Amino acid sequence: MSQTISAPLAPSTAGIPQWKRRLSLDNRYLAPAFITCILLAGHLSFGILESYPKTLLAIATSILVEMVLGRIFLGKWPHPASAYVSGISVGILVRSPAYWPYALCSAISITSKYVFRVKGRHIWNPSNFGISAMLVLAAGTVAGLSIQWGNYLWPMLVIWALGSAIIWRLHRFHITAIYVASFLGFAFLRSWMTGSPWLSEVAPITGPMYQLFIFFMITDPKTTVRSKTGQCVVVFLVALVEMVLRLYQVVYAPFYALFLVGPTAMLIEIWLDSRRTNLAAPVAAR
Amino acid sequence: MTGNRIARAILVLFFIGLLATPFFIKRMSARRETDRSKFDTKTALARHGFYLEEVSHAAGINFVHQSPKLDSKLDPIMPEVASMGASVSIVDFDRDGWPDIYVTNSAEGSKNHLYRNMHDGTFKDVAGELGIADVNQSGTGVSTGAVWGDYDNDGYEDLFLIKWGRPELFHNDQGHGFTRVTEQAGLPPWINANTAIWLDYDGDGLLDLFVGGYYSEDIDLWHLTTTRIMPESFEYAKNGGRKYLFHNLGKGKFEEVSSSVGINSRRWALAAAAADLRGTGHPDLFVSNDYGVSELYFNDGKRFHEVGELTGVGFAPKSGMNAAFGDILNQGRYSVYVSNISEDGILIQGNNLWVPKEGSTGDALQYQNLARDFGVELGGWSFGAQFGDLNNDGTLDLYLTNGYISLDRKRSYWYDFSKVAGGNSTIIGDARNWPAFEGRSLSGYQTKRVWLNDGAGKFVDVAQAVGAADTYDGRSVALVDLWNRGVLDVVVANQNGPLLLYKNTVVPENEWIEFELEGTISDHGGSNRSAIGAQVTLFWNGQKQVQEVSGGSGFAAENDRRLHFGLGRKPHIERALIRWPSGKLQTLDGPVANKIYKIKEPL
Repeated sequence: MSQTISAPLAPSTAGIPQWKRRLSLDNRYLAPAFITCILLAGHLSFGILESYPKTLLAIATSILVEMVLGRIFLGKWPHPASAYVSGISVGILVRSPAYWPYALCSAISITSKYVFRVKGRHIWNPSNFGISAMLVLAAGTVAGLSIQWGNYLWPMLVIWALGSAIIWRLHRFHITAIYVASFLGFAFLRSWMTGSPWLSEVAPITGPMYQLFIFFMITDPKTTVRSKTGQCVVVFLVALVEMVLRLYQVVYAPFYALFLVGPTAMLIEIWLDSRRTNLAAPVAAR
Repeated sequence: MTGNRIARAILVLFFIGLLATPFFIKRMSARRETDRSKFDTKTALARHGFYLEEVSHAAGINFVHQSPKLDSKLDPIMPEVASMGASVSIVDFDRDGWPDIYVTNSAEGSKNHLYRNMHDGTFKDVAGELGIADVNQSGTGVSTGAVWGDYDNDGYEDLFLIKWGRPELFHNDQGHGFTRVTEQAGLPPWINANTAIWLDYDGDGLLDLFVGGYYSEDIDLWHLTTTRIMPESFEYAKNGGRKYLFHNLGKGKFEEVSSSVGINSRRWALAAAAADLRGTGHPDLFVSNDYGVSELYFNDGKRFHEVGELTGVGFAPKSGMNAAFGDILNQGRYSVYVSNISEDGILIQGNNLWVPKEGSTGDALQYQNLARDFGVELGGWSFGAQFGDLNNDGTLDLYLTNGYISLDRKRSYWYDFSKVAGGNSTIIGDARNWPAFEGRSLSGYQTKRVWLNDGAGKFVDVAQAVGAADTYDGRSVALVDLWNRGVLDVVVANQNGPLLLYKNTVVPENEWIEFELEGTISDHGGSNRSAIGAQVTLFWNGQKQVQEVSGGSGFAAENDRRLHFGLGRKPHIERALIRWPSGKLQTLDGPVANKIYKIKEPL
């Protein structure tokens, strides 16, 4: 859920008056601002957080680890926006009565970015990695946010509308749209295969966990492939793998599906890039 | 280059260390919080000072609870919607000085049992002959709990039967039989409740009755007109049953006053308990709600004020299923234990132990959840729990029963449950949208918790080591000195399972004292004869512990009204201070240990 927006995605500011530029929000801050709004709205209206200290611990750990590792391995102080989003995602999505899982999950999330690097790119979405690891390794202490949010319609509509607008501005709405369409299609299929009511298969996507998943995790620019078609194919595959996992009754199927498909797609893209570079090199040499 | 490699190697090692951390934390906490040694009476006595022996059959009790079978529209999820109803309450209905046991059954046509204590280690069911067995007839709903209180102050405990259906009040005719007085009392025709307690909220010497609705009272679960009966949210539901406060007008009449005294809630109540938390002389009311936050009502003697959020107990929504008070730190203040759901990797709500914050008193009372710090947080799908000094060492221990639905051991309903529970209200609220159960378990076959209090803020689970080894779907727990031996025995009611009697054996070196209180009422005021709300503060060996006579606590349970204090070895008891519900104070100087004190409120 690292949401630092890379330069090519930012709309050009050339020709925009200075006063307007000052008032408009840098794209880098869009995701942090949006997720902070979700957090505050959710907590003030429904009390979604275990506690403020736990969320702050997750955020602080995330930023601290990012600063230290960035300084050591990249030789510079990284911008904290990405770590902030990872930390706040951990603070929302991890549910545990203990404090240590929040710090540990953040630390694992950020460290994974520096451990799993191929050709200078990290291949796992950090918070997806951290949360998946915690759900498997600390199952007795940690659960994911699956039901701990108001199940009413209006907050869901607000988040969907706001999230869609922001994702649209970031040119990544197609990822969310393909995923949602695929999920609904697969829900029909699962319902037909298992005999469960269709609405029970649709139910998860109406919950808060999915709202964070579809707006933040699967759209993360740093851990999605670059081509638009590739992004659509990958997110469809995430939904497909999720469906298979759901047929095996895996509760946190979306996290694990992204955990499996995301890095695989990244590795394929990196391999294709390097192959292309290798093929181009002799031509250039000639 | 070499430096970079070393840095990367350190990074990888650091990362592996992070991934391994949960494993080490689990090992450390398991060692600290649980005694997994095999049950052996000698070892249990030597290490923990007591052991439990399940003696129901030997005591002549062969009761097996039956769940209700509701409207066939609910068939696909029947195990879930019909998952409550087993309850146990303790009463000395015939005033012979020996506690008796009342248990509810929940299938239509099934019988409730009243086990009379025969004084010789056995019990005999007398519910039929006394008229309180056949109370689950078709068309009247079924029993989900029972609480006893002497509402007319004639000296004999009367019975309020909690039901999904027509609630019933039975007058105790001097221990020789019971007369149904529901209509005369002015009770409503139908309530779908799981909790009720007796309390004298206005201090007039007459017991009032609080009833907490679960399903809406408009619903007849056997004749549904809609399947939209489920909670609208898993954690924020407010479409449950209404609450009732029946003010006792005397002469067997009650008036429903909940709204006018400030109790307005449609949360899904599962447990309630009352105690004077602020030293005002008035019982405050704690309500644990399923699908939402708990509620705490401060009582000023006339009105109730909901302060759950202010005091800290009513912010984080969970699945409250228990309310029990205990002075766990021997400081003269009550903590509150609320049970919730914990299932590895799926839902970790954790149980709550609300401990008063240091320095917070009176109307500024604040609680903090110290369940994790004290080691009483994780108990599976927890239900009934009660505080009591099981080994007579002078500190209150905690007995917790648990387990939701035990069917096929190999197939779990959790996936489907979590799928729907996370959905929008239009989906979760309709039973038709819930996938069929198909014989699967949901947090079934769970091991119980017997948490021993070390007095310094740590509890250790010794359930397996002391013989509490059952894995039934536990619901209701009551603590009682069944045979007047100075030890607390444990009675557990299980859903679709047997009633269990755990007979307690405690090392004789640990001493005890018990107080059986009876209030006195006259034209000039006084206390209800059940003495519900009376407090005893015992001072011994430089410490003190407070306990209060309760009109129902835990989950669908009522402990023996006799107060039991463990004292440890060679105790020097300074005094016992009794504060009667009337406000009268009475001091007993130098009471002796190992004795049951029967005390009547002085006029």
